[in-house]
Amino acid sequence: MPHDLISRRQWLALSPLSAAVLAAQQHAHDVVRAAKPAALSFLNGGEAREIEALAAQIIPTDTSPGAREAGVIYFIDRALGTFDADKRAIYTEGLRQAQGKRRELFPASQSIAALQPDEQIRLLHAIENTEFFDLLRTHTIMGFFGNPSYGGNRDLAGWKLIGFEDRFQFEPPFGYYDGPERER
Amino acid sequence: MKQYKPSEEVDFLIIGAGAAGGVMAKELSSAGFSVVVLEQGPYLRERDFDHDEIKYIRLSAMTNDLKKQPQTYRKSDAEPAKVLEQKMMQYGRQVGGGSVHFTANYWRLWESDFRQKSQWGGVAAASLADWPVTYADLEPYYTKAEEELGISGLAGANPFEARRSKPYPLPPLPVKSSGAIFERATRKLGLHPFPAPMAILSQPYRGRGACVHCGFCETFGCEMRAKSSTLATVIPMAEKTGRCEIRADSYTRKIELDTNGRVTGAVYFDRNRSEVFQRAKAVIVCANGSETPRLLFMSKSSRFPQGLANSNGLVGKYLMFDCGFEAFGLFEHPLNEFKSVQTTRAIHDFYEPDPKRGFYGGGGIDARFDFYPISFALNGLPPGAPRWGSEWKAMVARNYTRTLTLLAHATCLAQERNNITLDPDVKDAWGLPAIRVTFDYHADDVSNMKFLLDRQVEILEATSAQRVWTDMTDLSLLPHNHLLGTCRMGDDPKTSVVNRYHRAHDVSNLFLVDGSSLVTACCQPTCTIQALAYRAAEHIASQARKGAV
Repeated sequence: MPHDLISRRQWLALSPLSAAVLAAQQHAHDVVRAAKPAALSFLNGGEAREIEALAAQIIPTDTSPGAREAGVIYFIDRALGTFDADKRAIYTEGLRQAQGKRRELFPASQSIAALQPDEQIRLLHAIENTEFFDLLRTHTIMGFFGNPSYGGNRDLAGWKLIGFEDRFQFEPPFGYYDGPERER
Repeated sequence: MKQYKPSEEVDFLIIGAGAAGGVMAKELSSAGFSVVVLEQGPYLRERDFDHDEIKYIRLSAMTNDLKKQPQTYRKSDAEPAKVLEQKMMQYGRQVGGGSVHFTANYWRLWESDFRQKSQWGGVAAASLADWPVTYADLEPYYTKAEEELGISGLAGANPFEARRSKPYPLPPLPVKSSGAIFERATRKLGLHPFPAPMAILSQPYRGRGACVHCGFCETFGCEMRAKSSTLATVIPMAEKTGRCEIRADSYTRKIELDTNGRVTGAVYFDRNRSEVFQRAKAVIVCANGSETPRLLFMSKSSRFPQGLANSNGLVGKYLMFDCGFEAFGLFEHPLNEFKSVQTTRAIHDFYEPDPKRGFYGGGGIDARFDFYPISFALNGLPPGAPRWGSEWKAMVARNYTRTLTLLAHATCLAQERNNITLDPDVKDAWGLPAIRVTFDYHADDVSNMKFLLDRQVEILEATSAQRVWTDMTDLSLLPHNHLLGTCRMGDDPKTSVVNRYHRAHDVSNLFLVDGSSLVTACCQPTCTIQALAYRAAEHIASQARKGAV
């Protein structure tokens, strides 16, 4: 990590940032420091498994880690427990409707998590024009590409995927086209 | 830092510690006056800043937060206003204001910007006007701002730039791939690319270090103090005088008036939400183009039933933004645009309005990339791309380092119908009326944005881009950072709110100095706002010495 989290925490504690951000960061920091699997603080295990199954098709695991390996579900749990607490109802209602859609499409199924990947993709297509899907997509992306201190983007999976580096210093040439010798 | 008692009558009470307020505070305290600056937001220091996209972009850690300060919007006053779910008026809400998180573009206006009415004779349904000042009046203050704050650029590189008395104090920042690609393509088209003037240090300057190209400029605070915000420059100078107190977490709700029609200070909520009255001999409002008119409306009295300094009813009117669509290019090799400042090259070839185009308007175009990882993954792919799943993931992975943007910075016509008012129903977390925005673009603004977008596409087509696309999202509802024109300056008290030195026509010891003063809007306003502040401060100080404030 380029940031010294411990001293940064102390600085942040001195500044009157919004309590929600601080709460989220404090939690994140504790998790990072604890160096053990993060625990869920808001979602119950069943809800988390269902949401994670959907997130894992939004950013699937293929030749590189996806939402599951990046710990996106821990980010979502934290968001709903802190700064996006006012959006919990969208999840509750969205998940209820998604379960209804699952039973309609796959009457013999028991849960979203237990569906086959292609079935999960079909289910997502069936709900992709809902407010719940938009929020889940946004949260999945935030958890995958955001600062790891929020619980997601584990091992910098999101940043490694796209070639982004969080560094304090770069030097020119920055890219292929600004080196003096490059054909532009 | 000096601390004053609220009961102590200071020489100047400044409301807002942003781009203009910071300059006013430094100039007036250096001139020997006692100054208190009230700032809504907290006093964050460089050590508080980090590279957290969620905190700064999603959670408004350095800008106004709709959850605490809601806004409402309507396209015209014929329709009811709706509570916005995304900010329309966005401003820096901490000491240093927007100058802390801005991209740091630092463009002077052209000579012609100050006399558009004379040049054009008017535009239907718009309120085009000449400024009460000229470029020549402002030139010494542009130079002063560039020198004191520290601006990087190359004098003479833009063949259209107005006469300048001194070169930029610092050389341009190193070109990025977007700039190199843009420079080559615009030259091929016979255009005139130049290094973007930036309020970011390319070399160490006056005790501050040079930019280290971390890439977190736009919407972030600079940990290195390389961005020339007022937080990093003039505010420490003001504090060092021993005569200036920056009072953060102080949210002004009313400017008070005495029976002689003079302001006596302001009432604000402190961090515990207790009301405090700070006495002052004069008040200078530097709260930005949305909060300045809002505060005047909230300061209505029996003498000014329509709002303070609003006898002619023009406070809040002529709201203007920064216009412009985006065009994108995708390239074969990595540009790595996430590194270094957001933009390094621009053109002004289409800046001057031209009657041959059939509409009023013009603007600059720059090559840039202002996506951070989350915003890119949410919105950065071309139209028709999938929004999730394996194919989407592969595209995000490939495109992030290979995409650039051309953004236009275009004129926005002043219209009386576009305004800031107080929402009659919606209140903020302090119980104060919410900002209500009434806004729709002038037809010429839209024609102009489309005209510039065609130029942006032509430029991209002259590059080696593998794919070119455009985004014409309805810009009116996006967060706007350039909040302009709502307390227009002018010589005629019937058609303007403040005079050429920013003194309210209605109240002799009240001054309004910020984006609200601007008469026309083109491109990047911060440089002009700060030059106006230097000029206003010099005049106000000389008047105060004569007892004429």
